[in-house]
Amino acid sequence: MIQFNPADLATMLPELFLLGATCTILLIDLFLKPTQRDVTHWLSLAALLATGVLVWRDAPAQGASIAAFNGMFLRDGVATVLKVFVLLTTGLVFLYSRDYLRGRKLFVGEFYLLLLFATLGMMLLVSAGNLVTVYLGLELLTLSSYALVALNRDSAVSSEAAIKYFVLGALASGLLLYGMSMIYGATGTLDLAKIHAIADFSANSPHRMLLAFGLVFLVVGSAFKLGAAPFHMWLPDVYQGAPTAVTLFVGSASKIAAFGMTWRLLDGAMGGMHVHWTQMLGVLAVLSLAIGNVFAIAQTNLKRMLAYSTISHVGFLLLGFVNGSASGYAAAMFYVISYALMAAVAFGMIMLLARAGFEAEEIDDFKGLNQRNPWYAGVMAIAMFSLAGVPPLFGFFAKLMVLKAVIDAGQMWLAIVAIVFAIIGLYYYLRVVKVMYFDEPHDATVLELPRDRGFRWVLSLNGLALLALGVAWGPLLDWCDRAFAVAALIPR
Amino acid sequence: MSFQLICFYAFAAITVGAALAVISVRSPVHAALCLVLTFFSTACTWLLADAEFLAIALVLVYVGAVMVLFLFVVMMLDLDLDPLREGFVRALPVGIVVAVVMLVEMLGLIGVRSMQLPAPPEPAAAAGMSNTSWLANALFSQFLLPFEVAALILTVAIVAAIPLTLRRRTGTRTQNPGRQVMVQARDRVRIVKMAAEKPAPAADKTGETTP
Repeated sequence: MIQFNPADLATMLPELFLLGATCTILLIDLFLKPTQRDVTHWLSLAALLATGVLVWRDAPAQGASIAAFNGMFLRDGVATVLKVFVLLTTGLVFLYSRDYLRGRKLFVGEFYLLLLFATLGMMLLVSAGNLVTVYLGLELLTLSSYALVALNRDSAVSSEAAIKYFVLGALASGLLLYGMSMIYGATGTLDLAKIHAIADFSANSPHRMLLAFGLVFLVVGSAFKLGAAPFHMWLPDVYQGAPTAVTLFVGSASKIAAFGMTWRLLDGAMGGMHVHWTQMLGVLAVLSLAIGNVFAIAQTNLKRMLAYSTISHVGFLLLGFVNGSASGYAAAMFYVISYALMAAVAFGMIMLLARAGFEAEEIDDFKGLNQRNPWYAGVMAIAMFSLAGVPPLFGFFAKLMVLKAVIDAGQMWLAIVAIVFAIIGLYYYLRVVKVMYFDEPHDATVLELPRDRGFRWVLSLNGLALLALGVAWGPLLDWCDRAFAVAALIPR
Repeated sequence: MSFQLICFYAFAAITVGAALAVISVRSPVHAALCLVLTFFSTACTWLLADAEFLAIALVLVYVGAVMVLFLFVVMMLDLDLDPLREGFVRALPVGIVVAVVMLVEMLGLIGVRSMQLPAPPEPAAAAGMSNTSWLANALFSQFLLPFEVAALILTVAIVAAIPLTLRRRTGTRTQNPGRQVMVQARDRVRIVKMAAEKPAPAADKTGETTP
């Protein structure tokens, strides 16, 4: 009676490996003394690396989408690309945060375990083929994130951020579930591909209203998780309150996963109604661009400024969806990957400057960085220019691709609005550069770098990658294009 | 009147009676025990309706776990219930209104259900098996992956609870049995060698010692 196909296990081998590795690390960590925590650090990195190799090795052939567990889990090109970058950015979080955590008595095994569980949740989320898997993957990710934000429990700001994140996140999950239940009511199935096939949105359909409400709730839930205005309230507080290592994670890897979820829900399940949701996303995008860019100008706290900058970047990301076609999704995916890599440099720099008892999260803390350490001032400048979208950096081409997709969709006014707000956004990114190069430092001593050599090297490489990918962005964009071209070929 | 119907009326009467007892008996422990009886007889009526999985879950989860915990709490707290009872007569009209509205809503729901077309056959009944085995089959074949992911989420909850709540308090007095066993006489008593001292000469009446 029980149907179980052993080949299903092979399909999700990377996830199973990561789960096994996480449980092993959980057990090993119990027997480690606090001075031996480096073992956990390196084991976690090795687990991520091996999982990445498995994802890469088992990448499905062009045009293939392998389903497992009755369509609950899908392995296709999109999932592969997103998983590779989720694993990469999580690895960056581990590499950047070791010294930071050690200086704050947060260098505990639970940080690594919760991050690994969150990574597993993200991998399930971007591979989900069923509303139930979407929800459970999301919960695995967000529950771990809430705990990570609250990890520094002696800090009042941190606890406040965690409570806000938890309450608003639970609300968003509730909205998402509500929308899912309506769609289930209208179609009678939880499978994304079947919903796509069954959902009937024609004028004489009896389930028109139910589907419309379900769609609205799905869009709102996804916007909450992405942090698009007007559902962005949690973002600045969480970015500021969380330990910078956790902010880096929430701002990079989990945004990639949120993109995957939005795509699975909106195109995978509700693709037949893209005329309707593209309008909603257009409104969300304009609001995010406006609120993100304008409010960021007023910030003096760098983490808060980057939070508002995230909101504006989410606006750009949503513009990629407005096209509703494979090229638009590919542009959006390219954008979210570029954003994750840029945010990693920016938050990595904050952790580089931070000391025990000093967070380096104010913009003023970067004053005169060029005199104290020209190399890292240059890395930060690259990140800021790239976030602002200055050619020839990575961020510029990401913006260009999204704008191209918007213009292809015939929404010229959206493209103009996006450009205007991108130019407004230039101001606050350039202010950081100005502070670093033209202001006098508080103390003119040479910057004391963290002892962790791996951190310094990888951060420099990450900064240079923004430059390199700005010059040679072709292969990555090509990869994103192929992923969606493959996905579009799947018979629905 | 069939045997089933007699059973139903008996269980229903016990349920209602026990529920009334929950809110009227004086002792909170007795009230909790009456609530256990209410749950148990409700489970019996569900069994009659062929919903044996729900019935078993109710007994296992509510009677077996929740109510036992409740009883412990009630027994440990020194509750003074008299102030709580004072407003009983004053709150009675509101209570009656709420009860009437709920009754009307329930009757309305039953009326709507009976007016609709007959419900499609239950999948469990259609497959000719009990709903427990039908649920188990669905859970462990079709929904195996979500089931396992839910287990993972519970693991995350345990892992997350530890760093957020575990506090090592300083200054608490605890015993270390290992060290207690290992203790030796020389750790407890220090034997000091001193030169013997003569008592002060009896001739000195003032009590002062001479240097």
